[in-house]
Amino acid sequence: MTTGIVAYGAYLPCSRLERKAIGEALGAPAGAGTRTIASYDEDTTSMAVEAARAALRATALRPEALYFATAAPAYLDKTNATAIHAALALDAGAPAFDLAGAVRSGVGALRAALDAPRPTLAVLSDVRTGLPGGGDEREGGDGAVAFLCAPDSREAPALAVPVAHAAATAEFLERWRLPGEAASRQWEERFGEHAYVPLGEEAVARALKAAGVTAPQVAHWIVTGPHGRATKRVAGSVGAAKGTLVDDLAGSVGHTGTAHAGLLLADALDRAKPDELLAVVSLADGCDVTLWRTTAALGARRPQAPVAALAAGGRPVPYATYLTWRGFLQREPPRRPDPERPAAPPSFRAEDWKFAFTGSRCQACGARHLPPQRVCVKCHAVDRMAPERLADVPGTITTFTVDRLAYSLSPPVVVGVIDFEGGGRFQCEMTDVDPAAVAIGQRVGMTFRRLFTAGGVHNYFWKARPIR
Amino acid sequence: MASNGIRDRVAIVGMGCTPFGERWDRDTSDLLVDATKDALASAGVELGQVDAFWLGTLFSGQSGLTLSRPLKIDYKPVSRLENFCATGSEAFRNACYAVASGAYDVAMAIGVEKLKDSGISGLPNLGAPGDGTKAGLTAPAMFSLLAPAYARKYGVDEAQLKEVMTRIAWKNHKNGALNPRAQFRKEVPKETIACSPLVAGPLGIFDCSGVSDGSAAAIIVRAEEAHRYTDKPLFVKALSFVAGPAAGPIDPDYDYTTFPEVVASAVDAYAQAGIKDARQELAMAEVHDCFTPTELVLMEDLGFAARGTAWKEVLAGTFDLEGELAVNPDGGLKSFGHPIGASGLRMLFECWLQLRGEAGKRQIASVARGRKLALTHNLGGAPGECVSFVGVVGSEPSA
Repeated sequence: MTTGIVAYGAYLPCSRLERKAIGEALGAPAGAGTRTIASYDEDTTSMAVEAARAALRATALRPEALYFATAAPAYLDKTNATAIHAALALDAGAPAFDLAGAVRSGVGALRAALDAPRPTLAVLSDVRTGLPGGGDEREGGDGAVAFLCAPDSREAPALAVPVAHAAATAEFLERWRLPGEAASRQWEERFGEHAYVPLGEEAVARALKAAGVTAPQVAHWIVTGPHGRATKRVAGSVGAAKGTLVDDLAGSVGHTGTAHAGLLLADALDRAKPDELLAVVSLADGCDVTLWRTTAALGARRPQAPVAALAAGGRPVPYATYLTWRGFLQREPPRRPDPERPAAPPSFRAEDWKFAFTGSRCQACGARHLPPQRVCVKCHAVDRMAPERLADVPGTITTFTVDRLAYSLSPPVVVGVIDFEGGGRFQCEMTDVDPAAVAIGQRVGMTFRRLFTAGGVHNYFWKARPIR
Repeated sequence: MASNGIRDRVAIVGMGCTPFGERWDRDTSDLLVDATKDALASAGVELGQVDAFWLGTLFSGQSGLTLSRPLKIDYKPVSRLENFCATGSEAFRNACYAVASGAYDVAMAIGVEKLKDSGISGLPNLGAPGDGTKAGLTAPAMFSLLAPAYARKYGVDEAQLKEVMTRIAWKNHKNGALNPRAQFRKEVPKETIACSPLVAGPLGIFDCSGVSDGSAAAIIVRAEEAHRYTDKPLFVKALSFVAGPAAGPIDPDYDYTTFPEVVASAVDAYAQAGIKDARQELAMAEVHDCFTPTELVLMEDLGFAARGTAWKEVLAGTFDLEGELAVNPDGGLKSFGHPIGASGLRMLFECWLQLRGEAGKRQIASVARGRKLALTHNLGGAPGECVSFVGVVGSEPSA
């Protein structure tokens, strides 16, 4: 039984940084186009949750293991995949592991999921930062992608299966970052080109040979890596037929680091036809190549939001706002008490609520409760509740306010009172919203975010976001 | 089972109230000593004659020692309590019950809050360690939720609503300008109020009560002994306090245009006091105008205006000092700020002055025409999840 991708989904934050804005602020040309930027309330963990939700919405199959890859982990020492696991309400029996620290761990997580004998979710996520005015700031992008890999079955048919893998590993100092530093360092650009190109060519040749195919037979070539020059050189030498190189999304999204090979694969799968060959060539501390063949099932199964649509959307954010979000520009705080860090025991007791947005439904009268209650607000029945997850239930705004006094990295804070379809009400922060455009009756969906970080603790929870 | 009340069983025979404001020269202990001195002098009693004390404060101290230490109270019961923004009224209510029960002859209720030492705007954080899932709304934001909901339900447009809110602030500042104890003692033009910087929703800075320090106190004795202390005692007609189920934020049936807790405490208080028509029988009301939309909604919840009509009544001047029913004749939280523990007793102090005919330039004409009842109201929490107090005092025992 072949293991392949049975579902996938991507997430791109809605905020964009226009390269022109960097250039104008710093007085030096910074190129054209935009890059995606994680909002002030997003990080690699929260974006991973959104990508994984998109993937899992497309299938009834539940992952039995989770691999999370990122070069920008929200926590060190503590596993980040457990928060994603909790937000997806996965079974406690499913293990969750981080593959953290390097861009190469992205293709590594996907490879590990393909090699697993059980349904395994690989989630790739990254927030790419660099010092103001640098190439990483300009050319990076933020985003996440998730793949559910499982043995092909009638219930969950594989959309694409790997036909060959090849790797070329070498140790060289091309791009690196010490833990805690704000930006990566790079050796002279031409050295990276010297190291990468032969590795890339070698791995591609071996993969083609292993699959018994030639380069022109591949319908979609994805060649990607954080080193722009080397990537272009390898892309030019693989022997791709004209028009088969997949656009690298540099103009709209930027290079999303750990997530990028996966993001481009998802984008190619969005457009691929059944029984086509795809090659993914990832240049990161060596080269990893996977040749894929799409199946007949691909035509019938598509994620709700294609990568192209995610990449095309978004709204520009002023450069100063971006710098503030990333901590490069420290702004005067309001004269208000600092937010309190969430405490570990209450968060642990409330795991299903805080991470999975699981409320309760009264078994006596049917009333829904957010957060879960023991005594029914309607019929006052005691301890007759059953858990009910509302993360995917849409709601409408009943009333709202724009709080210009509350602490936020991105004031003002917009808060809505949300009434959910089928019952239940919750009052929560809104995000990705124009304060001037909020209105009673607007429809919203829930999204997993990092509310704030206080006392060294990230406060993850859900916010409401207008349904576009 | 019933809420029986203690109508006419106890009386207030002396009160004190400090000036409210940014009291940089006074700490919590000073404010407590000031208010106690005034209240004792007003009742003509010595500290040693007071048998028991109830101290209300939310942030400014724990335990009875907060009061007994500065006053050097010699081995008497001192209870410290809080009930959010109704803290001062709650101290008063409990002191009244203690005297009514016969347990003590003379009790003092005192409230205090020293807010201006924190260095922040608004109120400090409160509460136990949590899971971080409760929206961190500021107080003005929580109460601003009323505005769009009210406007939509009753077809009031944005500009009209702003005009109503502005008029409430303007009226309260106008009253406060006549009050030497108020934090803000000048009238504010409507244009200044309407154009003040936005804080939350449609609320500008002038739609919010200020932050201040202050203290107020009352001496309570059994009604039959009241005339031994003063010719003009105030008799306690009703004390109602309710805590709601905090259903609003989780129950889609709550519409953010009313405080059900206030409705419940008003119904209970009017039953205790034998009031049939509050608007016709009361000389005045001191209500919890923490934010202008709060006062608007309270006019309906307290039965001063029919549902959906308070905004018109506000514009018509019904609740002005010279109006049909004076609301917040002392200037309200708007002019006094809101030192949490002190506010309820500060409101009572205005009833004390008005019903005794001692309010000077603010004196309400209807008292001379025979109205003998005054109401105080506090609420603490937020729309849909609050505690509410309604009290009624009168200058004569009921027939």
